[in-house]
Amino acid sequence: MFELLGIPPQALFGQLLLGLINGSFYALLSLGLAVIFGLLNIINFSHGAQYMMGAFVAWMGLTYLGIPYWGALVIVPLAVGATGVLIERLMISRLYHLDHLYGLFLTFGLALIIQGLFRNSFGVSGLPYSIPPQLSGGQNLGFMFLPNYRAWVVLASLIVCFGTWFAIERTRLGAYLRAATENPTLVGAFGINVPRMITLTYGFGVALAAFAGVLAAPIYSVNPNMGADLIIVVFAVVVIGGMGSILGAILTGFGLGIVEGLTKVFYPEASSVAIFVIMAIVLLFKPAGLFGRTA
Amino acid sequence: MNIKSATLGSLAAMLMASSAIAVDIKLGVLNDRSGIYADLSGEGSVVAARMAIEDFEAATKGINVEVISADHQNKPDVASTIARQWYDEEGVDLIVDVPTSSAALAVNEITREKGKIFLNSGAASTDLTGAQCAPGTGHWTYDTYALANGTGKAMVESGNKNWYFLTADYAFGHSLEENTTKVVEAAGGTVMGSVRHPFPGTDFSSFLLQAQASGADVIGLANAGGDTVNSIKQAAEFGITQAGQALAGLLIFITDVHALGLETAQGLVLTEAFYWDLNDDTRAWSERFSTEMGGSKPTMVHAGVYSAVTHYLKGVEAAGSKETEVVMDWMKSNPSQDPVFGAGELRADGRHIHDMYLFQVKSPAESTGAWDYYKLLATIPAATAFRPLEDGGCALVE
Repeated sequence: MFELLGIPPQALFGQLLLGLINGSFYALLSLGLAVIFGLLNIINFSHGAQYMMGAFVAWMGLTYLGIPYWGALVIVPLAVGATGVLIERLMISRLYHLDHLYGLFLTFGLALIIQGLFRNSFGVSGLPYSIPPQLSGGQNLGFMFLPNYRAWVVLASLIVCFGTWFAIERTRLGAYLRAATENPTLVGAFGINVPRMITLTYGFGVALAAFAGVLAAPIYSVNPNMGADLIIVVFAVVVIGGMGSILGAILTGFGLGIVEGLTKVFYPEASSVAIFVIMAIVLLFKPAGLFGRTA
Repeated sequence: MNIKSATLGSLAAMLMASSAIAVDIKLGVLNDRSGIYADLSGEGSVVAARMAIEDFEAATKGINVEVISADHQNKPDVASTIARQWYDEEGVDLIVDVPTSSAALAVNEITREKGKIFLNSGAASTDLTGAQCAPGTGHWTYDTYALANGTGKAMVESGNKNWYFLTADYAFGHSLEENTTKVVEAAGGTVMGSVRHPFPGTDFSSFLLQAQASGADVIGLANAGGDTVNSIKQAAEFGITQAGQALAGLLIFITDVHALGLETAQGLVLTEAFYWDLNDDTRAWSERFSTEMGGSKPTMVHAGVYSAVTHYLKGVEAAGSKETEVVMDWMKSNPSQDPVFGAGELRADGRHIHDMYLFQVKSPAESTGAWDYYKLLATIPAATAFRPLEDGGCALVE
């Protein structure tokens, strides 16, 4: 068999697939950020904390109420999304007339508070959450053992990502949303309740983060810092894809997962910085990001 | 409060016999209070230090101890800044705990420069008592040599000869990998390779697959805390353990086992300096600790802080002063004795030696209740548990 740069093809395929799995999380999270930034112009720094809340609420549902994984997958995004709606109504909506920076500070502060509260109640070591019995085990693909659950993660992420893209770019509701960001006054004059639409959009973005959190609960340790570790990478993904670009967030999410996966084989020590190096290069040559539109 | 206890202390001192002293000590607990090591050190270490001061009845002996604490975020630069500020501006006399080897080595250098005392419990690097040993430094609980010597040797002896390492890419991971490699090779095993992952990490599947592809008998996890928890979880998920490769968790704390759950953690072999359910003394002490910490049991790091502070206070009492040289001299020339580690000794190179234990994690069926996690496989006597004095290359050993 052939070898590529000293790496046997089995290992290479395996790593590409793993990259795709990690990319699923990047895509889901950066999608939520992109939706919120694209339609609200708010840089939602509490996205990581909301992802963590998703995982924790799933754990609490299972432990205290006996809600299984599949129920959590539906209920948790709704519940955490509802907290997002509250946050938007009570706090963020007061900042729309100010610079982006204020929204960033507010959501960053909220993230620290939420993480602190969870840390106080649950510690940092993490809590166990089992893989649902229907998805335990895995397939031997010849070049690697693919756990069924990871395959499900990729599938679920692809469906949700492209569903969201379709809803925003190809439906009437999406057209209203996009119109409302261009000219809220005009859209309001047509009888559409713009503030409510914006509130629900924020809630939806938060629900996406919570959905990713539920997906992550069985494979990563459920702990208060899980979002903080990931959020910086996800921001880099959004910047590379182009702030506010829906398709950009999805494609760069998956793409960078793969690039990072490959770095883990060729030069593992650099795997945590690879994405940032790419970000720096993209910003130098294409400041609006790969899919961004320059204003 | 402090003024009151100081007054009481000096009053007591005046009433007492000729050995009465009056010393004010400021003790700084520097550790991770928010990151991945916060549960195994964190607030628990502050509680352990306070328990040591209470049990010693320091105030009635004329020793007034003020305890302060800070979060070093596992970053050497943050740790150095706080240590400098504590020594220079806040009059801190000794710093305890300091997990994360890179941060501990930074604090070690500053303590040497300032002529103060540093009693480390949380970090693992053997350099603290080797090439970088310092006159005011005591390394209390465990180190990479002791871990490798316990778990590494036990694994090779049970037939797992070929090793592959999954190593956290910083001072601690490197040191643990190096020490384990020596133990494995000395016991007749071989090391087939290693992969270094960024610290802290989230997804280890890629590294685990590389380890699997090596065909080694055992994957040595030279990482700690949340990294180890995620590595073990994901090794089970990717069918690595089911396919016959063993995992050697080289540094696993009881809080990690708690986070993994017995279903995933069962069967792991690990080395620790302390377990709450060892004997009546450890049970009684852990019960008190547990009451103050909302039910969680102490880790060996917490126990180490207690043991170190206790021995230090004895030194201050005997010396009648807090002068570094005098106190360290006393601590090194007198054996230590406490309810958590039993009998011990602080060696010339600053290494505190005591028995270490080889445990195996129980299966869910074997466990009879909350925190009933370990069964004892072997006791490693203090004399052989740690690196021999002459092998460390410490300049304090002549």
